[in-house]
Amino acid sequence: MGKTLFDKVWDAHVVNSVQNGPQVLYIDKHLIHEVTSPQAFNELEARGIPVFRPNQIVATADHNTPTLNQDLPIKDELSRKQLEQLSENCAKNGITLYELGHKYNGIVHVMAPELGITQPGMTMVCGDSHTSTHGAFGTIAFGIGTSQVAQVFASQCLLLTKPKSLRVTVNGKLKNGVLPKDVILYIISKLGTNSGTGYFCEYAGDVFENMSMEGRMTVCNMSIEMGARGGMIAPDDTTFEYVKGRKFAPQGKDLDKKVTYWKTLPTDADAVFDKEYVFDAEDIEPMVTYGTNPGMGIKISETIPVDDNASFKKSLEYMNFAAGESLINKPINFVFIGSCTNSRIEDFRVAANFIKGKQKANNVTAWLVPGSKQVEAQIIEEGLKDIFDNAGFELRQPGCSACLAMNDDKIPQGEYCVSTSNRNFEGRQGQGSRTILASPLVAAATAVAGKIVDVTKDIETLEIVSH
Amino acid sequence: MLDKIKKINKKISALAGSSMEKFTTLTSRAIPLAIENVDTDQIIPARFLKTTDKQGFGDNVFRDWRFDKHGSINKNFSLNNPKYSGSILVAGDNFGCGSSREHAAWALIGYGFEVIVSSFFADIFKGNALNNGLLPVQVSEGFLKTLLETVEAHPETNIEVNLENQTISIANSDVSESFDIYPYKKTCMINGYGDIDYLLSKKEQIEAFEAEQTL
Repeated sequence: MGKTLFDKVWDAHVVNSVQNGPQVLYIDKHLIHEVTSPQAFNELEARGIPVFRPNQIVATADHNTPTLNQDLPIKDELSRKQLEQLSENCAKNGITLYELGHKYNGIVHVMAPELGITQPGMTMVCGDSHTSTHGAFGTIAFGIGTSQVAQVFASQCLLLTKPKSLRVTVNGKLKNGVLPKDVILYIISKLGTNSGTGYFCEYAGDVFENMSMEGRMTVCNMSIEMGARGGMIAPDDTTFEYVKGRKFAPQGKDLDKKVTYWKTLPTDADAVFDKEYVFDAEDIEPMVTYGTNPGMGIKISETIPVDDNASFKKSLEYMNFAAGESLINKPINFVFIGSCTNSRIEDFRVAANFIKGKQKANNVTAWLVPGSKQVEAQIIEEGLKDIFDNAGFELRQPGCSACLAMNDDKIPQGEYCVSTSNRNFEGRQGQGSRTILASPLVAAATAVAGKIVDVTKDIETLEIVSH
Repeated sequence: MLDKIKKINKKISALAGSSMEKFTTLTSRAIPLAIENVDTDQIIPARFLKTTDKQGFGDNVFRDWRFDKHGSINKNFSLNNPKYSGSILVAGDNFGCGSSREHAAWALIGYGFEVIVSSFFADIFKGNALNNGLLPVQVSEGFLKTLLETVEAHPETNIEVNLENQTISIANSDVSESFDIYPYKKTCMINGYGDIDYLLSKKEQIEAFEAEQTL
């Protein structure tokens, strides 16, 4: 029987197996940030255990950083201390850190791919559930808890039970205006938030084959929102082209050798998955969520379903929505384009393309938060900043920002935010805030209209946006 | 009938090098939380993740459900209801979904929970719980329903969890169910072993693996 992409990468990293138990999996790259690493450093220090492979760890500050005046000292004392702790821990242990203000600083899942740290066939972990993002490169990448961060510090390995395999295939041609975010929101709305638990997911079919790396990252990013620890897409020429020439990418003959190996990674034709789902690209439309988990999504033109389940009702009550109603024309005062899901250059191009020549509605506060310093620089270089400035959008400095509202970027109590982030949990974007997840296109259209509008109606007049 | 939580065979691990408390059996009342898809942002909101140690998270567990926007106690929330007590939380399906924050496990432990019962657990949360000696007990939907109904109707009921036998029972009744746990993790929980000890013992093999890599 053939092997899946996941099997091939996993099997190449097994150091040892515990009898009737888990396997010792070698981790190639370990990414860390300020929130989930300090207790792991403390544990090692308390037990006198050194960091085993500091050269395979890369750190960035992102969750807790301000998105305004990054050159000034951070006002919030706890945030400042947490960032100082990261700097100290990295200096003490010889770990590369792209701290606030560094030209490579950014959200961990934006920074690592754009520097070529993420490469096909690798195993990567980070104390962050959206580490699944890196699976876009044909990498086994998944989020871990802080105890596991300490384990990787100590041994560059983890003890894991091999997950089951799941494949989601989407074939066909996406309609104009349907973005990678809509594809993954659609999949999660069909499968639910726990269908992937215990599985590693592979996304296959020509929809993903035709997607850019940015789009593939958006899709893999949200694998965890259906419960899957990670999602992967087979590496191909699009992947190799993206990796080539980046700062930490292999070069010359090394690259040739790697590419030869990477080409052997795609799933064999006779491989069997534990679970398979197949969808038709034609069925997908721009999506929005109406509830308090990412599985509660509908096509923008649909109405909220009716369900008697108590948790479902509690969710609608929190959102102040009624079963059976449409979200079209709902007034929206906040729009956020950013997060590790949608803060790459392509996302801002999509937004700028729609916004160009239009004005933000007066009632809307629209925050645009690039995923990294490099994305920020590119936004300026490509002239997108001028478009945003002219339209009344506020371009801020990089970080996780209003995705989880650990910094000052909070949506006020009771307000709706159409957000390109990944989670619409209660209070995720600030206490009492109400999140509606959507693509950068839907977010941009909302900001211009000041309410949710059916972008499919405008699609004929839209320039085709790249996938 | 004992009103207070009764812990049996629960000792702080005295083993050198072990990083967790041991868990064998627990008899306790339970607190019901009949909500599905309880995510880690509810268990511990992100704004409380700014500290650099593991202390104090229990004070803020379920913060925005326990307190309203003005900081007043929400009397309708089960953790605030004086009729419920105990170190077992009985929660709806898909408990712990969302982020990888281990702070969620620390917060539940800090509040005093030792066992979480649900019909389904999110993957990362389950691992984090096990790595901290907090036992996730996955039961059938039918058993969960019975358990929730029993605890809500008779809050004084004791629930017995036996890790060795992998059973969860309603005391003084014949209502009982067995639960699954990876044998390796069961050994770790019973003995208070952490993964880090095992991995450190494999250093030579790990170095040999590194030396074999040609690409």
